[in-house]
Amino acid sequence: MRAPIERHTIAVLVDNEAGVLARVVGLFSGRGYNIESLTVAEVDHAAHTSRVTVVTSGTPEVIEQIEAQLRRLVPVHSVVNWTTAAPGIEREMALVKVAGTGDKRAEAQRISAIFRAHIVDTTHNSFVFEITGAPEKIDNFVDLMRPLGLVDVSRTGVAAISRGPEAM
Amino acid sequence: MDRDGTELKMAPPKAAVGALELSGAETVIRALKDQGVKHIFGYPGGAVLPIYDAIFQQEDIVHVLCRHEQGATHAAEGYARSTGKPGVVLVTSGPGATNAVTGLTDALLDSIPLIVICGQVATHLIGTDAFQEADTVGITRACTKHNWLVKDVDDLPRVMHEAFQIATTGRPGPVVIDIPKDVQFKKGPYVGPASVKHRTYRVKSDPDLGQIVKAIELMANAKKPLFYTGGGIINSGPVASKLLRELVALTGFPVTSTLMGLGAFPASSPEWLGLVGMHGTYEANHAMHDCDVMICLGARFDDRVTGKIDLFSPDSKKIHLDIDPSQINKNVRVDVPIVADAAKALKEMLHFWKTHKKQVDAAALKDWWKQIDQWRAKKSLDYKTSTKLIKPQYAIDRLYELTRGRNVFITTEVGQHQMWAAQRFKFEEPNRWMTSGGLGTMGYGLPAAVGVQMAHPDALVIDIAGEASVQMTMQEMSTAVQYDLPIKIFILNNEYMGMVRQWQQLLHGGRYSHSYSEALPDFVKLAEAYGGMGLRAQTPDELDAKIMEMIDSPKPVLFDVRVDPKENCYPMIPSGRAHNEMILSDAMEEETVVSDEGKMLV
Repeated sequence: MRAPIERHTIAVLVDNEAGVLARVVGLFSGRGYNIESLTVAEVDHAAHTSRVTVVTSGTPEVIEQIEAQLRRLVPVHSVVNWTTAAPGIEREMALVKVAGTGDKRAEAQRISAIFRAHIVDTTHNSFVFEITGAPEKIDNFVDLMRPLGLVDVSRTGVAAISRGPEAM
Repeated sequence: MDRDGTELKMAPPKAAVGALELSGAETVIRALKDQGVKHIFGYPGGAVLPIYDAIFQQEDIVHVLCRHEQGATHAAEGYARSTGKPGVVLVTSGPGATNAVTGLTDALLDSIPLIVICGQVATHLIGTDAFQEADTVGITRACTKHNWLVKDVDDLPRVMHEAFQIATTGRPGPVVIDIPKDVQFKKGPYVGPASVKHRTYRVKSDPDLGQIVKAIELMANAKKPLFYTGGGIINSGPVASKLLRELVALTGFPVTSTLMGLGAFPASSPEWLGLVGMHGTYEANHAMHDCDVMICLGARFDDRVTGKIDLFSPDSKKIHLDIDPSQINKNVRVDVPIVADAAKALKEMLHFWKTHKKQVDAAALKDWWKQIDQWRAKKSLDYKTSTKLIKPQYAIDRLYELTRGRNVFITTEVGQHQMWAAQRFKFEEPNRWMTSGGLGTMGYGLPAAVGVQMAHPDALVIDIAGEASVQMTMQEMSTAVQYDLPIKIFILNNEYMGMVRQWQQLLHGGRYSHSYSEALPDFVKLAEAYGGMGLRAQTPDELDAKIMEMIDSPKPVLFDVRVDPKENCYPMIPSGRAHNEMILSDAMEEETVVSDEGKMLV
C-alpha cells in the first residue's frame, strides 16, 4: 500500500550567497530525495537573490518534507510548490542536435516545424534545433528525433512562474 | 525565558564614520563579549593564532584548553545543555575543524546551540591544498544549522552576531564561522549585536490559537491521554518545564519522556511513567501504544521512540508541538500540529484550559490509570540481584541514593550504561541530564562533564560511563586536572561494549565479534597518572563506601566499578517490533526474538 510517486516543481528564492546552491543540492542528496531537473540563476542583481527551480518526485509525504526542509535553510526567502500551489506555467528549453541526410533529414525538419522548434545551426548533414515547452513535449520531440539521427541533447531544466499578477 | 523575541533594529548600511576599528581577531573577542560569553573551549593552531593572541590580551573570557577538538565540542555541549546558554568553541583549520565534526553533528541532532569558530588558511591560499587546509564550510554544511566562510573583515561583526542569533533561537543548533588567517589580521569597523538583522532568517515562536483550541478539545475529551515530552521542553527554558508541571497537575494525565526530555517533568511525580522507547518502561510503551490522545511536546517521533512505525500508537489522535515545522508529519502523521516555542504554547494551553473551564473525563481517566497500574505492576526495570557481583543497575541505584539532595548533574557516554542511567536515575529538574541522544556518540560524557563543571564549579558532576566509551575521550582528564574540575567518572566496567554484545547475543547467534574490551588500562593507575584519583569496586558490599569516597574527593575521579559482564539492558523493544511487544528481563534467554527484517534496522 505505497503512496503514489508524484512529480512536483518547486521554486526556491534564495539569497545569492556563496555555497547556497550546495546547501539546496546537499539537502536533496543528504536526505535521499530525487532531483529530476534543476535550474538556477540570479533573478535580482540588486537584491542578490537567485531563483532555484527544482523538479522532484516522491510521495506526498516526501514532497511535504522537501518543502519543509528547504524552508529550514537559512538563506531561503520563500518556497513555492507550483504543482500544489496556484497553477503555474512551466517551460523548458532544449538544444537538440540531429545528424543525417536524405529522407531522415527532411523528416527531422518536418517534425521540428510541427513542434515549433527553431533551427539555430545547420550544416549539410546536421541541424541544431531549439525547442521550448513543457518537459514532456521536449521528451516527445527527442524520442521522435532518435531514429532520425539524434546525436546530442542539452536541456535547461524547468523555469516556472505563477499565472496572474502576483509574485511567488 | 523568551529566547527569540529579541527585536533587532534594521542595520545601518555602513558603520558610522569614526566607528570602532578592530582587527578580525579583536572583532571575534569583542563580539563574544557583547554576546555575554564567559567561557570558550578550544585548541590553538597555526591558522587561529591571531585570535589566541587576542585572547591572551584580555581577561573577560576564560579559555579552556581541551586535549582534542572533539573534546572541546562536547565540553561546549555540556556547558550549553546545563546552562541554557550557547557553547563556544575555537579551533584551528584542517584537522582542528575536522576533529570538531563529531561534536557538531551531535549538537545538530540534539539541538544544542554551539558556535564553533575555526581558523582557515589565508584567503589567497584557499583552494591550493595548503598546509592544514580543509574545505571546512563544505565539510560542515551537512552538520550545522548554518555556516559561514568570512572572506571580508567588514562582514565579520555581522556574521558573529547572526551566528549567535541562529544558533540560539528557534530550534537551537550548531553553527560554524570559518575565518581565514589574513581576515583575522585585517582591520574593519565593528558593529554591535543590536545593529544586525538577518535578511532571511525568521522564527515563528507564537502558537496558532486555533490549533491550541483544537488541542484542548481533544485533551478534554480524551479517555486514555498521554503526554509524550522531549528535549524541546528543555531547550525552551525552565519556564516550559514549569508550565508542563502545571498542565499535568491540572489534567492528571500520565507523562512519559524521550531520552532528551528527562528532567522536564519530575520523576518523583505519580504521573511519571518513565522513559519511553526501545529501552523505555513497560508502562510507558504500552501507554504509548494504547493511548487515544497523544500530546507530543517538543519531541520528534525518533525511531528509538516509535519502534515499528506502522504499528506505532495505532488508535490515537496526535497533537504535536514543535518549533521546527519540518518535524511535523516527518515520521508520523499528526492530527493537531502546533508550530511554536514550547513555553509559549504551554502558556496558551493552560490559559484556554482554564478560561474555557475544561474538565477531564474523570471516569475514563480513572480506568486508564487502573490499566497503567497493571502495566506498572510488571516492574519492568527489576533485575536479578546478586550478593557476589555488582549489578550495573544496582550501581546506578546506589549512586542515585547516595547523591540525592545534592546539586547533581549527570552526563553519560553511549551504550547500556546510558540506558540504565536513563531508566533508573531520577531527575527532578531540567538541564541536569546531558547525554548524546540522536547521534549516540561514545566519548561524549567525559568532556561534557568538563563543560558542565566549568559552568557549575560547586556542583557534583558525574559521568556515568562505560569502559569502552570513556577511552574515546579519556585525554580530557588532563583538562579536568588543569582547571581543577572535580568531575566524577563512574565507569560501569563490564569489559564489553555492552550494547554491541547484547545485540550480538540477540541478533548474531552470540558471536561476540570484536566487542570484548581486551587490554584494558588499569583505571586506578590511569587516574593517578593524570593527577586525579582512582577507585575500584569489585563487590556490592564495598560499593557505598567507595561512592562516598568518590563524592568527597576534591579531585577528578576515575571510579572503576567492576560490574556483571553478562547483564543485558531490559526491557527492550526488539528492532521491527511494536511498543506492546516488549521483552522483559525474565524472557531474555529466548532466542531469535528479532525477525530478519528487524535485523536490517539499527
